[in-house]
Amino acid sequence: MAQNFVLGHTFSHGVHPPEHKKGTRTEPIERLGFAPTLVVPLAQHIGAPAKAVVAKKQEVARGELIAEAGGFVSVPMHAPAAGTVTKIDLALIASGSMAPAVYIKVDPEASQEALEGEPFDIEAAAPGDLVGAVQQAGLVGLGGAAFPTHVKMTVPEGKTIDTVLANGCECEPYLTCDHRLMLEQKDELFAGLAIALKATGADRAIIGIEDNKQDALALLRDSVPHGLPIFVAPVKTKYPQGAEKMLIKALLNREVPSGGLPMDVNVACFNVSTLAQMAALLPKRQGLIERVVTVTGPGVRKPGNYLIPLGTPLQFILDHVGLTDDARQVILGGPMMGPSVSSLDVPTTKGVSGILALTQKELDDRPKQVYPCIKCGSCVEACPLYLNPSLLGALARKEEYEAMEQGYHLNDCFECASCTYVCPSNIPLVQYFRIAKSMNRERKAAKRK
Amino acid sequence: MSSEPLSVDILTSPHVKRPMSTNAIMRNVAVALAPVALFSIFAFGLSALLLLSVATISCVLTEWAVCRLSGKPNTVGDYSAAVTGLLLGLTLPPSFPLWMVAVGGAISIGLGKALFGGLGYNTFNPALVGRAFLQAAFPVAVTTWTPPFVQGRFLACIPSTLAFPFLKPTPVAEYIAAANIDAFTGATPLNLEGVTRLADPLDLFMGMTSGSTGETCAVLILLCGGYLLVRNMLDWRIPAGVLGSVFALSGVLHLINADTYPGPLFMVFSGGLMLGAIFMATDMVTSPTTALGVWIFSILIGVITVVIRLKGSLPEGVMYAILLANAVTPLIETWTQPRVFGTTKKASSTS
Ligand code: SF4
Ligand code: SF4
Repeated sequence: MAQNFVLGHTFSHGVHPPEHKKGTRTEPIERLGFAPTLVVPLAQHIGAPAKAVVAKKQEVARGELIAEAGGFVSVPMHAPAAGTVTKIDLALIASGSMAPAVYIKVDPEASQEALEGEPFDIEAAAPGDLVGAVQQAGLVGLGGAAFPTHVKMTVPEGKTIDTVLANGCECEPYLTCDHRLMLEQKDELFAGLAIALKATGADRAIIGIEDNKQDALALLRDSVPHGLPIFVAPVKTKYPQGAEKMLIKALLNREVPSGGLPMDVNVACFNVSTLAQMAALLPKRQGLIERVVTVTGPGVRKPGNYLIPLGTPLQFILDHVGLTDDARQVILGGPMMGPSVSSLDVPTTKGVSGILALTQKELDDRPKQVYPCIKCGSCVEACPLYLNPSLLGALARKEEYEAMEQGYHLNDCFECASCTYVCPSNIPLVQYFRIAKSMNRERKAAKRK
Repeated sequence: MSSEPLSVDILTSPHVKRPMSTNAIMRNVAVALAPVALFSIFAFGLSALLLLSVATISCVLTEWAVCRLSGKPNTVGDYSAAVTGLLLGLTLPPSFPLWMVAVGGAISIGLGKALFGGLGYNTFNPALVGRAFLQAAFPVAVTTWTPPFVQGRFLACIPSTLAFPFLKPTPVAEYIAAANIDAFTGATPLNLEGVTRLADPLDLFMGMTSGSTGETCAVLILLCGGYLLVRNMLDWRIPAGVLGSVFALSGVLHLINADTYPGPLFMVFSGGLMLGAIFMATDMVTSPTTALGVWIFSILIGVITVVIRLKGSLPEGVMYAILLANAVTPLIETWTQPRVFGTTKKASSTS
């Protein structure tokens, strides 16, 4: 098969924040125990929330279905531990708002064997069955986007997928969970790619890995199973290389059209952790109940990559790894895009790839004063989508939100924060863009009424 | 390990920032200008020292007064007014009367910057606005040149420096005569009198000629620009575009007719071109933000400079070339908006 993609390629623009990965990149994945109570929000993916199918006081087994998908763009939830449903009630989630969740009191006596369904013959399954099984497993993009995986695997009439990409970039600073996963679960990763190839009908797969993970690159390159059209390709270490559009550009030199999907350029892109989970869950029709999370940052005493049951409150995890006395801020995900949480009662969800604790020092280091835009052009040269953040920022200050969307492609901005990262005037550009987008959404909703 | 609830601070992402601030950029520009200023004080003595001080102080004071009067937060601390003052001073002849310098400083900040809304909103380089005003208001003083390295320059001023406001400045002919420099005509090397007597490019390069306070030593200006470049605070494309286009265009003209047109080296190293290309055209606020725009902008400056110098009646074209290019910067930006990822059209033309 012809390898007609460019090796070591990248996208243009982007930024180089310090990596901060040393603390955890060599830490093997370690399993964390069960918190006394797990909190499983019903909306932890993009799309319709799941619908609870359990009642208060009901006993559940580990891995049992507790909520079913609320539509096509939705996934079911499974019990992360055996125990009793204590309530279905509002819980504080990462965004700072309250959302319905299933509370499970973990049974300390239970064996915590994960429930197994009927064996599922992947070899014999038709592509449609595979896609259905992926939805049943509750799989979403584990890189952070939490977009239901089966939707990306569904190839609509008239479209074809020729290439499946496995995203092993992990371009956010501090995070190493995907790196460890590639080192420790390569067979699952390859098996997951085989499933994705079959489901989408693609004829090749490429694993894209940033070149700061040479060990993973070498290991995977040497162990691609015979007979599978899987290639391993290094990409430049640069933020946001792990964004789908950037990875597709880097590996295939194809541009996902503005407002379009990878499918529009015949590509399906999955995070390496998602693929590994797929291979682990599908053969026994199990559901996603845990994931690897990098718990790190200067505020953490025992940084590492932990396998954590979904729904575990942050407090439990941080008690386990130990916070330093000057820890001040906890971020879910990486420092470029991750939200900071208002309370440690917030549970981990499917999209949480990292828990980052920053200290007073990092807070003090954050510039406070905002200067006027000096038109230095740094943001223009950072934006991976070639937008003009300086101009968008000026419009946002004038509250011309509609013009931002219609004339200047506001909706193409995927909030990677590269522009804000480089701005010497410390202008909260990406924050402006988030506000502008939500104002536009509200305005449209009001119009529809 | 504390199990008490952590008092978390909520901030929005990104939680990391590149360690470079506008403040630091301006401060570094000021630092980079310091050796240029010191050399000019060395060359022109007490007058240059007073001139640069008055220019800087008047700009900073005006900035402070404007902030006070408009009730805005004090922006003197961002160094940008000091940079403007220093640049203004460096473009003026060393014999320039101090009271005129003060007027120029007030105009630079008041008219060139505050009127537009302050740092970041101005269309024109403030120092050049002040300089252009002075050129129009005091055409004689602005083109009166005195020789460098005059004996006793650290002990006494050039007489015109201390001229009284609104009085005709003291003529400097005597001062020049007293300096007793061989064949000194009182003209800057660029005052092309039929282009018969041109300064040696090497002298221009080393700053051994007369000229504006800070424009004489090209090599020093280049080195200081290099410092900013290394610190990633200077867009190299602008000096490259300006100097490159001046060199290329004047080179071609010189080849066509070496009698009428001076050589490219002379053109590049003379007058205020070096200072303008490295420290004034590169002003971030008044230059385009787009990559293509930056090239168009800088080549435009180079071409206009050559045209004004060779075809216009003015000896010095850089200042007007930069001001003109400043004026079209918004237009250049509109034309050169990059194509948005995943589209085939430009951002500004899709509405
Ligand atoms: S946050 Fe938006 S505008 Fe800023 S760099 Fe990223 S995509 Fe571009
Ligand atoms: S990086 Fe900041 S100061 Fe520079 S052009 Fe963009 S918004 Fe303006």
